[in-house]
Amino acid sequence: MRAELRNHQYEQSRFKIRLVICIVAVLVLFGILATRFYYLQVSQHQHYKTLAERNRIALLPIVPTRGLIYDRNGDELATNFFSYILEIAPAKPAEIEKTINQLSAIVEISAYDRKRFKKLRAETKRFKSVPIRTNLNDDEAAKFAVNHFRFPNVELKSRLFRNYPFSSSGAHFVGYIGRINDRDVKKLTKNEKLSNYKGSDHIGKSGIESFYEEQLHGTTGFQQIEIDNNGRPVRTLTTNPATAGESVTLSVDMNLQQVAEDAFGERRGALVALDPKTGEVLTYLSKPSYDLNLFVGGIDHENWNRLNNSIDRPLINRPIRGLYPAASTFKPFIAMAGLENNLRKPPYRILDKGFYSLPNSKHRYRDWRKTGHGYVDITRAIIISCDTFFYGLAVELGIKRLAAFVSHFGFGKKTGIDLPGEKSGLLPTPEWKKRRYKKPWYAGDTVIVGIGQGYTLVTPMQLAQATATLANDGVSMKPRFAIKFTKPTGEEVRLKPIVQDKTVLAQENIDIVRNAMKRVTLPGGTARMVGSGAPYTVAGKTGTAQVVGIKQNENYDAKTVSDRNLDHALFVAYAPADDPKIALAIVVENGEHGGSTAGPIARKVFDYYLLGKKPPKKKVKPTERVGQTTVQDRLIPQPHRHQIQSNRAN
Amino acid sequence: MNSESITKLFKHFDAFLMATLMFALLIGLFVLYSASGESMGPVYKQLINIGVAFFLMWIVTNISPSDLQRLALPLYLVGVLLLVLVEFFGTTSHGAQRWLNLGIMKIQPSEIMRIAMPMMVAWYLSKQDGKLTAKHYFFGGLLLILPVGLIMMQPDLGTSLLITASGFYVLFLAGLSLRFLLGSSIFLLAMSPVFWSMLHDYQRTRIEILLDPTTDPLGAGYHTIQSMIAIGSGGAAGKGWMNGTQTQLEFLPERTTDFIFAVFGEEFGLLGNLMLLVMFLLIIFRGLMIASEADSGFSRLLAGSITLTFFTYAFVNMGMVSGILPIVGVPLPLISYGGTSMVTLCISFGILMSIQSDKKLVAR
Repeated sequence: MRAELRNHQYEQSRFKIRLVICIVAVLVLFGILATRFYYLQVSQHQHYKTLAERNRIALLPIVPTRGLIYDRNGDELATNFFSYILEIAPAKPAEIEKTINQLSAIVEISAYDRKRFKKLRAETKRFKSVPIRTNLNDDEAAKFAVNHFRFPNVELKSRLFRNYPFSSSGAHFVGYIGRINDRDVKKLTKNEKLSNYKGSDHIGKSGIESFYEEQLHGTTGFQQIEIDNNGRPVRTLTTNPATAGESVTLSVDMNLQQVAEDAFGERRGALVALDPKTGEVLTYLSKPSYDLNLFVGGIDHENWNRLNNSIDRPLINRPIRGLYPAASTFKPFIAMAGLENNLRKPPYRILDKGFYSLPNSKHRYRDWRKTGHGYVDITRAIIISCDTFFYGLAVELGIKRLAAFVSHFGFGKKTGIDLPGEKSGLLPTPEWKKRRYKKPWYAGDTVIVGIGQGYTLVTPMQLAQATATLANDGVSMKPRFAIKFTKPTGEEVRLKPIVQDKTVLAQENIDIVRNAMKRVTLPGGTARMVGSGAPYTVAGKTGTAQVVGIKQNENYDAKTVSDRNLDHALFVAYAPADDPKIALAIVVENGEHGGSTAGPIARKVFDYYLLGKKPPKKKVKPTERVGQTTVQDRLIPQPHRHQIQSNRAN
Repeated sequence: MNSESITKLFKHFDAFLMATLMFALLIGLFVLYSASGESMGPVYKQLINIGVAFFLMWIVTNISPSDLQRLALPLYLVGVLLLVLVEFFGTTSHGAQRWLNLGIMKIQPSEIMRIAMPMMVAWYLSKQDGKLTAKHYFFGGLLLILPVGLIMMQPDLGTSLLITASGFYVLFLAGLSLRFLLGSSIFLLAMSPVFWSMLHDYQRTRIEILLDPTTDPLGAGYHTIQSMIAIGSGGAAGKGWMNGTQTQLEFLPERTTDFIFAVFGEEFGLLGNLMLLVMFLLIIFRGLMIASEADSGFSRLLAGSITLTFFTYAFVNMGMVSGILPIVGVPLPLISYGGTSMVTLCISFGILMSIQSDKKLVAR
């Protein structure tokens, strides 16, 4: 009892000692604070007083000039141009109202302009000017300049706008910039990049503009300026200039792009052409397209609804987000799988009676040719696109082995192209089906994978990549648009090709498949019209993807099917067949037959790329755009800080 | 209701503490009115916050320390559970996942931990009957690390640091070996180059900006630069209530919440600042007095930790606003606008008063 009491007393006295230590610490730390306050408010008071009271210092961000985007020939895909705007300096509301009324006598100011001005003024900091009119033409600018003396608080400024000279051509890979929204702010905050966007109003929203946002945007500078009691700038104190963004040069050849687009005409679909040796994207087409310039500064409702509600879905980036059955273009890759697994090696052949049935089953998987093709070996199976041959091969391979092998060619996974939002397609496996549909995998599911139907879905990008890989003897190069970055200093950084997947394939097997594909474009092949009369050789494979299911014992009759339900036409090819310089994949939606619809497009692309047949050049000049559409003229300007005034001050 | 029954209703309140609290809150309301651009909206809202907080404080004063002791473990476990739930189901705001939506209301489990942590560690250590060994301190440290780790994952650096402090104060007041403390501080100091080399580049630049805000005047450094200008330009006597140019011209960010002290410093000057320090000191001394006079080990440790944590909040906030400490999101107690921290603060003062009142009963 006594020991406990003593213990208790000891505990209490130790606690008190500790409390004393704490009190000392509290006093010391508060003492430090008091000293700090004394330092700030007495010793340094004059310094801070100067900063705060007499001259209020404002930090103004200087927005960097956005980098440009070029094609491989140096043609500009995204540029900046100057345009005049009128800004009103902060003042009393009544005074501003008077100014606007007087101003409207000189230049046209619409009700829309007034509404926007009011909105911007409400959300802008006190010491910033707000635009009342944007996109003035030279006449209007001159007219105002003459009368400038009457408007001391109105400024004529020249600002940088983004322009896409090719407008709708290549729209899906170039992408566009748009006003920074809440989602962008969240993302920038997360990446700790928000402070670099002080003053920036725009950010890349899609395509290359978005993917290489970091390089294109540049580094924001800042300017310390003195402002008077009304919040007007008095003079510039220090300037820390902005660093302009890097320019990106893409591997795309816009001449080739034009050829491809002209060849496509009004049809819907996608085309991707790659250099099989480097992975460079030569052409990238998504049809129909839209004018990129509509999106800069926010698209209006009218245009948005027109694009978004169109049955043709122009906003879909088909090459990387369009999912199609691979159809018969899948066959060369299944054939590779068979040969690499020592199945169907020549001279093995089958007798095709026009259908395939699973053992112990009466269900007939029909060949596209009712009567069958007779004796067919692997080479002939590719040339005539024999379905029966590949039904059996797929079953013998089994879905797991098949899926594992063709995934080396990039099916079922993203190709890693430098664009945002790529889809990975679908390479079905029993595990996937169980997860997705809670159903077991049936043997019949495997049969139709053999001809690229069933659950299999590919993007045109994947098809092009797989074709390029085959053309490059199994060495898969990472597909990429960017080939060069140019810093504002002129320093250039060239990107080296990257090997993505180096599947070791037996050369003799590759030769079998590539020889067969070469004969596809010769007389007797499904794409004979592609090769006819060409001074170079083409290797290819056609495909026809069903859009509507056809029941057993029913025939597909093009006449009875509506346009939107017609089969998709597919074609993959590379040329020259023995030394491939270009590999491509084409999907023509509802184009019916790969050979006759997609084939001629491929031929025109090859002709231009390999023989240099020049097409007519069409381009929209930036200056022509001004005043082109009334909606666009009224878009809110981008406050790139390229003011006449600040330039003069420095 | 006669005057005697009213007195009875508030019999557990501590007059001195109440007076200083009310005075500080009053100052806070005046500063808030100025900081929010002379609008009464936030002031009314803050008055409601204070009303709710005082009601909860009154409830807590009526819970005896022995009941609080019994509540320590369950409260701690609930707090940890909720923190784990936040990890999985929490809602994200401002990039951090701190809130848990219970359907009828949103709660911030880390606030529960601000109360539960010192209670738990104090309960655990006082349970050992004064025979504390290294093992007990080690286990006490574990009780501390688990929830703090969860809060750091949210991520909420400010709150996790302060909760660590609240638990650490209990360990320290209970008699954690000074030699051990000295040894581990030296060890950590010696290891700091190793930690530095383990950091990512972006983490390093962040720390560098904390140390020198002028390297990023538009981003992280902006707050510090503007608040230093505000305080410094206030001078010895201040620019006067509602006359701070930094405040009124909206150069100061977050001027009603974390940076409200800059508004105070600008408008009331060095004199005001020193007066505020003295007022905080009075509250702290009163709290430590309650701690030293408390009759159970649990009450002593809890009262001491609550008071020192209050001090830490005040010190860290004023330190970061005046530019000697890095910016962590910590409000100035009793002055900053905001309901959650007000409620937590008043509950902890309620505990202090309950401990004080319990001692009075025993003495009688």
